[in-house]
Amino acid sequence: MLHLVNKSPFERGAFESCLNMARKGSAILLIEDGVYAALKNTPFEDKVSAAVKDIRICVLGPDLAARGVDQVIEGVEVVDYGGFVDLTVDHTPVQSWL
Amino acid sequence: MSEEIQTEYETEGVEKKFMFLNRKAPYGTIYALEMLETVLISAAFDQDVTLVFMDDGVYQLKKGCDTKAVNMKNFSATYKALGDYDISRLFVEKESMDARGLTIDDLVEVIFEDEDDDWAEKPAVHVKSRDEIARLMEEQDVIISA
Repeated sequence: MLHLVNKSPFERGAFESCLNMARKGSAILLIEDGVYAALKNTPFEDKVSAAVKDIRICVLGPDLAARGVDQVIEGVEVVDYGGFVDLTVDHTPVQSWL
Repeated sequence: MSEEIQTEYETEGVEKKFMFLNRKAPYGTIYALEMLETVLISAAFDQDVTLVFMDDGVYQLKKGCDTKAVNMKNFSATYKALGDYDISRLFVEKESMDARGLTIDDLVEVIFEDEDDDWAEKPAVHVKSRDEIARLMEEQDVIISA
């Protein structure tokens, strides 16, 4: 399945709830303010680094660029809008962690 | 009953201490942009203005924002123009910066001309501790937060 997170991990617990629920073989896509969870040097880095071993974690490039950030944790994939579409095609169901 | 309702107020020369407290990331919601509009209005009325950035609000000042691909207005340049509106204090909370791995070098530069120092150009963005900001907050007449 695909998990979508669009809120900052600093502001809400949605990202951490999602990480706790995501199972091996599923994918997480970070969009909008969710992209801050993909960055190095935050309190979430260790959890994300551990999670990428079992879960495909992606982040939307245009949302990173809009926020002027690019220091993405190793193992996290940057995708474009086409990649977003591919993820929704390849993974069902889709859960949005609002 | 001939009491007149007062419709005009003498406000000329009234200057209050305004703090604009920014706690939200820039492009995920409309709060940051709306706050910036409010700041510019207050500057037009010659108020004593301090901007504070804490929590995800520190991301508002991040350098290098490129919003072309998300089709949104890039308002990063507007922060840089605040110095031209005589806004000389943009305080960024150190603890929030540390938690996000940011330093002052990651932030946009805002320059103002100091009229008390022969119009010398000075930086307006400063990192302040949580404690300093908390004390400053208590000195304000009005705090506007988003």
